[in-house]
Amino acid sequence: MDANSPADSSRQMPPHAFSGPSGHHASVGPSHDRPIAGAGLPEKISVRNLDFFYDGYRALKSVTLPLYDRHVTAFIGPSGCGKSTLLRILNRMYDLYPKQVATGEVLLDGVNILSPKQDLNLLRARVGMVFQKPTPFPMSIYDNIAFGVRLYEKLSRADMDERVEFSLRRAALWDEVKDKLRQNGMSLSGGQQQRLCIARAIAVKPSVLLLDEPTSALDPISTAKCEELIDELRSDYCIAIVTHNMQQAARISNFTAFMYLGELIEFGNTEEIFTNPAKEKTSEYITGRFG
Amino acid sequence: MSISNSATLSMPVGGLYHRRRIVNKVALSLALGAAGFGLFWLVAILWTLLYNGLSAINLPLFTENTPPPGGEGGLLNAIFGSVIMTTVATLVGTPIGIMAGTYLAEFGRNGKLAEVVRFINDVLLSAPSIMIGLFVYELMVVRMGHFSAWAGAIALAVIVIPVVVRTTEDMLKLVPNSLREAAAALGAPQWKMITMVAYRAARNGMITGVLLAIARISGETAPLLFTALNNQFWSADMNAPMANLPVVIFQYAMSPYEDWRQLAWGGALLITVTILLLNIGARLLAGLGTTRK
Amino acid sequence: MTEIALALTDQASTARRARNQRLQDAVFRNATLAFALLVLLILGGVTVSLIDGALPALRTFGFGFVTAEVWNPVSENFGALAPIYGTLVTSIIAMAVGIPVSFGIALFITEMCPAWLKRPLGVAIELLAGIPSIIYGIWGLFVFAPFMQSTIQPFLIATLGQIPGIGNLFMGPPYGIGVLTAGLILGIMVLPFITSITRDVFETVPPMVRESAYGLGATTWEVVWNVVLPYTRTGVVGGVMLGLGRALGETMAVTFVIGNAHRISSSIMAPGTTISASIANEFTEAVGDVYTSSLVALGLILFVITFAVLSIAKLMLLRLQRKAGV
Repeated sequence: MDANSPADSSRQMPPHAFSGPSGHHASVGPSHDRPIAGAGLPEKISVRNLDFFYDGYRALKSVTLPLYDRHVTAFIGPSGCGKSTLLRILNRMYDLYPKQVATGEVLLDGVNILSPKQDLNLLRARVGMVFQKPTPFPMSIYDNIAFGVRLYEKLSRADMDERVEFSLRRAALWDEVKDKLRQNGMSLSGGQQQRLCIARAIAVKPSVLLLDEPTSALDPISTAKCEELIDELRSDYCIAIVTHNMQQAARISNFTAFMYLGELIEFGNTEEIFTNPAKEKTSEYITGRFG
Repeated sequence: MSISNSATLSMPVGGLYHRRRIVNKVALSLALGAAGFGLFWLVAILWTLLYNGLSAINLPLFTENTPPPGGEGGLLNAIFGSVIMTTVATLVGTPIGIMAGTYLAEFGRNGKLAEVVRFINDVLLSAPSIMIGLFVYELMVVRMGHFSAWAGAIALAVIVIPVVVRTTEDMLKLVPNSLREAAAALGAPQWKMITMVAYRAARNGMITGVLLAIARISGETAPLLFTALNNQFWSADMNAPMANLPVVIFQYAMSPYEDWRQLAWGGALLITVTILLLNIGARLLAGLGTTRK
Repeated sequence: MTEIALALTDQASTARRARNQRLQDAVFRNATLAFALLVLLILGGVTVSLIDGALPALRTFGFGFVTAEVWNPVSENFGALAPIYGTLVTSIIAMAVGIPVSFGIALFITEMCPAWLKRPLGVAIELLAGIPSIIYGIWGLFVFAPFMQSTIQPFLIATLGQIPGIGNLFMGPPYGIGVLTAGLILGIMVLPFITSITRDVFETVPPMVRESAYGLGATTWEVVWNVVLPYTRTGVVGGVMLGLGRALGETMAVTFVIGNAHRISSSIMAPGTTISASIANEFTEAVGDVYTSSLVALGLILFVITFAVLSIAKLMLLRLQRKAGV
């Protein structure tokens, strides 16, 4: 909790994760003296000293890291390490359930979204989320997309059509569904459903996209399509993705955060994490020795 | 006596096993007998109903009003009254039941208040319907000074409510949380999440509940005896006593007139067929809901 | 600290919209709460209206109302003992028939019948549970009572009626209608009801528990009696109590065949009455405050009895649910 003590801060922000010439990582010092990975890029979200409790159990321990705009950050780590928990704090999904408490700060464009005054619906309209399993609503494909848009915008018929098409195109689904927009969203295949969910999230024009193992329930071809899509979306959004698949993290992310037992072990450039991890635990995990 | 057993089983088996087998045989035979006995009576009831009811079903049954003693007639006004009161009861009871069920499933959940409401609702669900009749009598008939179709409909609505509360809650609980999260993740406020997503996902189950409630009230007699009373003539006035099938069946069956008894059988068959159809429809609809998920 | 707002549309309208949605949320939430409270209010209303209606009678007769057998509309002297007795005796007969037979049917469906018959039989039983009680009543009046009069009751009088002691229960002329007939019809009526609950409860036993008992070499009966039944005991008792609650409060199946006689006979074949039958038969014809109020007081007694029985049933079923682990 005490982020200012050197021991603590070196744990959450190990010096080896810092970017810069590789020769520098021999020197050790207080973390706030040094630039961290990606420093200089615009920080969309800053997580600071974040703790999380499930009914008293501490699931996240003083996590601090940035999420950069127009970049993909991947969260990896064994099951139960807190990576999904962290994601669900970023849009305060945990607020749906009792006895879950987050302390610390999460700044979105400089504003602390953990503040009790924060309007959750507005926050969630800005921070889109896609879940492990496709969650099409029990309504038509068109209405699935329009549902979220109608919540905050009054669009004319033509504008709505345009928005639906835009989102579906962006999610690379338009060509497959343009002739059956009135069909129930559940009639689509699993991969199509997931892209529908991505389109639905994009349609409300969020600036952050949270992807919680979005391809874990998909076949390899659908997975490839989704990854391609994420790669394209990178240019417009700040994307955070939780994944169990390390190749996926390596393929699509710019930055990678490795978490273990509720702690952030290492954060850095994806390439560096995968080729030259600073921490023993990280290297053990990515080489498959545990997890 | 264990020799024959040992021939097939290569372990020593004594009289104990023999006795166990006999106990088993006797017990299972008794169960079989009980099943046969119980099912015999239930089938007998349906058969006599069909036998007597079918001979009473004819065109005048649906086109003429209830006759005076010894006269000829049908059940038109009673059928009409039953349909009207059942409809009004459903229209009044369903929204109330859905809202209360929504509270239990979405807001109250495991809170103290929800526990109490759930408990009381279950008690109401199986409370004797004649007490509901007495309640509405005190509540409406005494105050209005006369029996009325409104009172009958309200009494039936009070029976609809707990059924719908129960099924609504059960069905909403089956809606996966991921769907709620997905709606919340778009910034949907809770009431939109519930009315536009959760209700849609639970729709079949909720309609099933309403159908079951309609089936339940179409045969209820006791709550109508001293609320809607009965009316020998055609009446569409909700402020006056109104004929209805169950009470007509009750009166006519207890009467000494053969024509009236015939009509009672016909009405009984009508009600039973309606209720069976509603139940089967509800079942099919519920089945649809489960196979699609 | 300012709030995060949508960047894409103009701030003012978005903020207004968010405020509206918060308001709508609160309205919706409180509306559902109000209707949930209405459910409590209904039970409260039933209680209050019954007590209010019963007060004149209770004031006139005091506690003696419960212990007096007299029921005389002319002299306006009323006592509830005969209907209470009839209610209890018909329910006891109904349970004596209903419990073993339901158990037999449930055992047959879950353990004995071929797989292809399981579902249709289960569905049929559940459909039968939905048949309204008036059907049982009219069948009882036209078919079962004559059958009792011509066959069963003469037989009972000739056999059990001759035994000293319990013979008193089976004495008198065979009327056909009466307490025994009403009890038996109630028994048949609660059959599908108790059966379907028992069957549901039997199926909550994890297959592994059942299989491990069979695996030890237990016979079907031993598995049911020593494993399934103890495992589901509270649930089965809860189901039986629900059935009892139904039998106690049942009106139409009884009213046709009970004979509506306000007296307690030593013979269960004599006509009698139950609480609900008395109310159904006499309420609309009752003249005078005390008469009406006495009938409502009967309703209040029924309410107290069934509320207690249903509460116990509900609590037992809840306990089983907790045990089954959610």
